[in-house]
Amino acid sequence: MMALALAETAADSIALDVEGVSHRYELDGKDLQVLDDVSLAIAPGEFVALLGPSGCGKSTLLRLAAGLETPTAGKVLENGRPITTPNPDRILVFQDATLFPWRTVRGNVATGLEARGLVRERKHRIDEVLTLVKLEGFSDFYPHQLSGGMAQRAALARALVNDPKLLLLDEPFGKLDSLTRLRMQNELLDLWKSAGFTALLVTHDVEEALLLADCVIVLSDRPASIVAEVRVGQPHPRRRDDPNLVALRRSLLEKLGISHDV
Amino acid sequence: MSTAVEDTFGGAGRRTFAPSLPGIWRNGLFAAGTWFLAAALTYALPDVITWGATQLFAVLALAGAGIFLALSVTVHRLGGLGRTLVHYGPWFIVLGLWLAVWEVLTAKLGWLPKPFFSPPQGLLHVYVTDWDRLLICVAYTGRLWGLGFFSGVLVGFAGGVALGWSKRFAYWGMPLLKLIGPVPASAWIPCTFFIFPSTFHASIFLVALASGIPVAILTAAGVSQVNRSFYDVARTLGADNRFLIFKVAIPASLPNVFVGLFMGLYYSFAVLVVAEMLGAKFGLGWYLQFNTAYSAYANVYAALIVMALICAGLVRLLFVVRDRLLGWQKGIL
Repeated sequence: MMALALAETAADSIALDVEGVSHRYELDGKDLQVLDDVSLAIAPGEFVALLGPSGCGKSTLLRLAAGLETPTAGKVLENGRPITTPNPDRILVFQDATLFPWRTVRGNVATGLEARGLVRERKHRIDEVLTLVKLEGFSDFYPHQLSGGMAQRAALARALVNDPKLLLLDEPFGKLDSLTRLRMQNELLDLWKSAGFTALLVTHDVEEALLLADCVIVLSDRPASIVAEVRVGQPHPRRRDDPNLVALRRSLLEKLGISHDV
Repeated sequence: MSTAVEDTFGGAGRRTFAPSLPGIWRNGLFAAGTWFLAAALTYALPDVITWGATQLFAVLALAGAGIFLALSVTVHRLGGLGRTLVHYGPWFIVLGLWLAVWEVLTAKLGWLPKPFFSPPQGLLHVYVTDWDRLLICVAYTGRLWGLGFFSGVLVGFAGGVALGWSKRFAYWGMPLLKLIGPVPASAWIPCTFFIFPSTFHASIFLVALASGIPVAILTAAGVSQVNRSFYDVARTLGADNRFLIFKVAIPASLPNVFVGLFMGLYYSFAVLVVAEMLGAKFGLGWYLQFNTAYSAYANVYAALIVMALICAGLVRLLFVVRDRLLGWQKGIL
């Protein structure tokens, strides 16, 4: 009972430590290094954004943190223990919603509970989460009947129903239109504040990183290494035209190698 | 491929035409006319030789005319069934005409060579006098088809999932499947009849082979083509291998499996008749061959019609099952 109650309030989140991680893939017999000696420490409940050019290896870092792969060198630790396998405590949300097209919205959201045999005892969570992402009226819809924003909300609900302690977001709003994206950014922020999970967001959108994250980490081109780590001190809600943020944006763009006049 | 099949065979019934005259179904009246014509010609003109059920055929055609007459005023009150009837109105007209022409050319004028072309009452006579034997043959064919098709599909599906899922299975299995797959099932006939203890077992094996191979090939292709990110998503959500196979790989490959099922269904019919023509004691294939040998062509036609109805019915049934299981796919199709 106690454990269940704790899990539902999701008070405990994860500290994620990446220590000297390098990773390489073999592609058509060629060796491709994607990460080069990356180290970072994320405190429990912190919101961190990884910023970098596309194809630089940001997504690989998320896959390592999710436990879908193990690094070629170095360590990825959750609360000090190495991550070797996927676990529903750490959930990855992809750029494409990747909903299972043969399942309804409710079926998709229930996937994690079903896989762990928890559907019956946590059934109420499904409805709660659907309400949270404003999809309560769409639980019997199939993915092909949803708009892009709704599909991404359903994907978020599918992650949140497991009360993750670490949410890994791989450009989750990258394919949405700009208005939907703004709305979803605010919704994500609200969810993060209320649920208290640790969040690691991969993005190539400087504004998105500055609006959401406590800390923005800039990665170099492939093989990715850390170029800069910038703290964003502003309290939420943040405004895009806040002079402090505008200044930070300029310096981040410079670090990404883009000139002042952008 | 399956959409093309449906366009040809399944989709036609859904389109509806607005009725031209409110209250009266004109095509129904015309159909009643042509069917009455067929009945009148049958009754009024003398037969060249006796064919059996001439009177009965006239009565049935007249009854058909009566039904269309009644429908022509009531069809709009029958809801969905009525709309389907209205859609097929032109068909009913032509069917009556066809019966009349067929009747005149065979029974009344005797223009078509006699043992090979039977008039409608000849076929009717077969159904009236030989129905018990036909029914037994249908039952035998049904048993053979059921045992062969379902065992073949079951093995093919399980094998296909294993081939698509496991690399080691694919390494050993795929070359074999690629080698055996293109060989027509009927080519195995010479071997099967001494490998298996009875012709019945051999026939079951042939039908199973014909229906199982396309299911295996398409299931394997379907499972191996599943979007990798579905597995990633499911694994991060806590899925084990069992869940990945049964709740991700199989549902994701189901559209492919159904293409295989349709192919297997058609192949199974082809092999079924061939298998029954070789040493079976009953069954529609046997009935066809037996009656051809005795030049009883009316029986052959009668059995062919039964066979056509059964095969078309099974195809239709598979469409119904597919639409139930793949409803989620409708937007994609």
